[in-house]
Amino acid sequence: MPLLWLFLIVLAIAAGAYVLARVRVLAMAGENRRALHSLPVYYGSNAAMKSGVPALLVLAVWLVAQPLVIDTIASGHIPDSAIAETTSRGLVMAEVRRTADGIDMAIASGELSETAARDPQADIEDLSARLSDAGAILTSEITPPVFRAAQELRALSAVGTQAMTIIVVLIALFGALWALRETKPDFRARNVVEQGVRGLLIAAASIAILTTLGIVLSLVFNTVEFFRLYPASEFFFGTNWAPSFSGRGGASDLGIVPLLWGTFYISLVALIVAVPIGLFAAIYLSEYASPKVRAVAKPLLEVLAGIPTIVYGLFALLTVGPLLMRVFGDEGLGWMQAGTAVMTAGLVMGIMLIPFVSSLSDDIINAVPQALRDGSYGLGATQSETIRQVVLPAALPGIVGAILLAASRAIGETMIVVLGAGAAARLSLNPFDAMTTVTAKIVSQLTGDSDFASPEALVAFALGMTLFVITLGLNVFALYIVRKYREQYE
Amino acid sequence: MTDISMGGSAPKSSLTTVDARTRKRNAAEKRFRAYGLTAIAIGLLFLIVLAVSIIRSGVPAFTQTEVHIDFTITQEQFDDAESQMLKTSAYQKLFIAALQSQLEDRGLEVSFDPAAIERLLGKTGGTIREYYRENPDQIGTPVRFELAASSRVDGYFKGRVSRDTVVDSRFLMVSDLDLVDALHDVGIITQAFNWNFITGSDTGVDNPGGAGIGVSVIGSFFMMLVVLVLSLPIGVAASIYLEEFAPQNWFTDLIEVNISNLAAVPSIVFGILGLAVFIQFMHLPQSAPLVGGLVLTLMTLPTIIISTRASLKAVPPSIREAALGVGASKMQTVFHHVLPLAAPGILTGTIIGLAQALGETAPLLLIGMVGFIARAYPEGVVSGFVDPNSAMPAQIYTWAARADAGFYEKAWGGIIILLIFLLTMNIIAIILRRRFERRW
Repeated sequence: MPLLWLFLIVLAIAAGAYVLARVRVLAMAGENRRALHSLPVYYGSNAAMKSGVPALLVLAVWLVAQPLVIDTIASGHIPDSAIAETTSRGLVMAEVRRTADGIDMAIASGELSETAARDPQADIEDLSARLSDAGAILTSEITPPVFRAAQELRALSAVGTQAMTIIVVLIALFGALWALRETKPDFRARNVVEQGVRGLLIAAASIAILTTLGIVLSLVFNTVEFFRLYPASEFFFGTNWAPSFSGRGGASDLGIVPLLWGTFYISLVALIVAVPIGLFAAIYLSEYASPKVRAVAKPLLEVLAGIPTIVYGLFALLTVGPLLMRVFGDEGLGWMQAGTAVMTAGLVMGIMLIPFVSSLSDDIINAVPQALRDGSYGLGATQSETIRQVVLPAALPGIVGAILLAASRAIGETMIVVLGAGAAARLSLNPFDAMTTVTAKIVSQLTGDSDFASPEALVAFALGMTLFVITLGLNVFALYIVRKYREQYE
Repeated sequence: MTDISMGGSAPKSSLTTVDARTRKRNAAEKRFRAYGLTAIAIGLLFLIVLAVSIIRSGVPAFTQTEVHIDFTITQEQFDDAESQMLKTSAYQKLFIAALQSQLEDRGLEVSFDPAAIERLLGKTGGTIREYYRENPDQIGTPVRFELAASSRVDGYFKGRVSRDTVVDSRFLMVSDLDLVDALHDVGIITQAFNWNFITGSDTGVDNPGGAGIGVSVIGSFFMMLVVLVLSLPIGVAASIYLEEFAPQNWFTDLIEVNISNLAAVPSIVFGILGLAVFIQFMHLPQSAPLVGGLVLTLMTLPTIIISTRASLKAVPPSIREAALGVGASKMQTVFHHVLPLAAPGILTGTIIGLAQALGETAPLLLIGMVGFIARAYPEGVVSGFVDPNSAMPAQIYTWAARADAGFYEKAWGGIIILLIFLLTMNIIAIILRRRFERRW
């Protein structure tokens, strides 16, 4: 556990610097606090901050960067000739990493000695046997280049970890010394510490940007990789979805059209369920209901929004599906072949979206000023006429925005469709057919056994990209509509 | 001058009698009201149906059919069994003999073949042998064994399997059910609370009866620990910056836009992010609660930031002005006065964010928390973070995806436990809010 120890050592140095700086500045001021520019705490914090923060930052960056650098170097040890036609450098490197992990395991279990693992002349057959004895999982025979690269990898990461430990501890010590040197009674410690804290606050706020960047980059890079292996036009316009799991590429049909159709069909069914119920519930709650009814019914409806989606998925699979089968299945009307269908998933997703639509619409209807209603009543309109002809038109942009947000939720929903919609990609108009969606296929393509470099796995990133763009577009569009058409009262 | 024409004719309608048009309008009014009521009723009906089906299908997971047998083994029998080639089947024979004699003691004459016992109880010999090898001092004294019945027998008692639907197979014969009924009548087969479901670990696909959710609860616990430790400080720091310090410029706008967009990004996209960045790029261990926690942290951050900003905004400016007035710096004002006053609201928002993260499944599927069997509790704190484990919702999904209907019951039972956790968290949040929330 050297990493945890290193972390604790840095913290200990920072704590030591805190105490020393505090004691030092008090001693320099002759225990007269009024001679100090800042409170003694700030001198201590300044020292702790200057020794701890840069060291931990370097540690974090090093931890991320080291495997990348070492991979590149070790990868240089594999000649192009050692990479077979059927595979790629990335796959070979995965094998190298596995071998290196296997050697570590073998050493840990005593199957292999450290010197034997480093011996460049080691007998590879004997070594593979020892590795598998130690329980390491190796997919293919270790070839000499792979073994050399694995040895290189281990040697480099050992050197790297040592260097990291030394450098991080040195930085912490240097920071502590520097802070101690500048610790004098007239040093403006509070201002410096507050600047530092402000920097940390900005860093925390920037994580949102980093997350978006991470999402976009991981989607874009893998999508580009996918389009290198599979033509983009076939992906966007192909009407057949039939990934093969045996071969790598070639045989698979990866057209997104059936998946998009399934996604939109299920979302449509969900909205047909959720919008009328949610909207009428919102109208009743905000216009008719007594405070008592409202206090009970609103939180109860919102419970539906707090239930995890896996619960809805199971509800669709085991309760709603069989129920629909009894009515529309072979024993009933004969329209349905299996419990998992567009209708099952759509219905359950609609239930999930009811509170979403009702809460948002409720807020929007409540925001319509009372004066509009009073004016309408004054002209002799009944309450329902007022709602239909005055309140709803005034609230319309907001309601449309709410519905668009609900639609984006429906399109991105995963667990209900994974469990309730079936697995067959199909272009059909029958809502009782099983269909599948973009999200469900992302899950099935990435949880299978196919390796990450194959088009069958990479297609999930292209699907994710499509999903991300569609939901983002819907959200932006919803906000735009709300902003543009919102009536400004007062 | 304007002429106001005074109609000479009598008024067409009277306020005291309702004319057809008013009647129509009133009817429309009533209908409209009824639509609203119906909508709410439908919504609540869905809620009730959901609750009933969860409870009805999930409660059986908490009970288990057990077979109680008083069993004595003598030293000779033990030695004899240990010396045989097929040791467990020797124990099996001893066990069946004991069962037969107990039935005869109670005056019950049922003929059964040893294979039937195996169908009802599985291979009991191994369990018995293990017990005596671990407790050799128990040889010679009567011991009460409580053995779990097979999943089909369990299903028979819970109504999942009935005499009409049973098809003779190597798992269960119709004739076995007579034996089961007889054993039930004399009290050898009973229903008991299934502690193993709450504390146990997942089993292979062939043993739904023994599956438990305990290990994945621990997995979820470690994940929530990561989420709490990361998202609370980062979320609070980000909110403080945006609410108290950020100048009006493009950078602040960029952060704000990003936060509101991230709040609406589908959760599965965060799973893709976790897979690509944490597993492919950084080579963190797959299926580890640490990675799950990191992904859920990124997912929960927008929620926590939004609620924290709301509670910071709720602290009146007079507090800030008073602090600044007596000479506090901006930073001291925020950390000494605003933050403590906003703390209850921040805590409530964090708990609600955590509850949301606890129930989230889709991102966990992508970082590999399904598809393997979480068999063992982690050995220590570090192993709890980095060793492969499952999480409650992922475990429920795993069970729901298995073919054996016995696992469905476990999935519903798992949902009850998950909902109990969520309910507790939400109640704590509500109590905190009621207790400490201050209205200014």
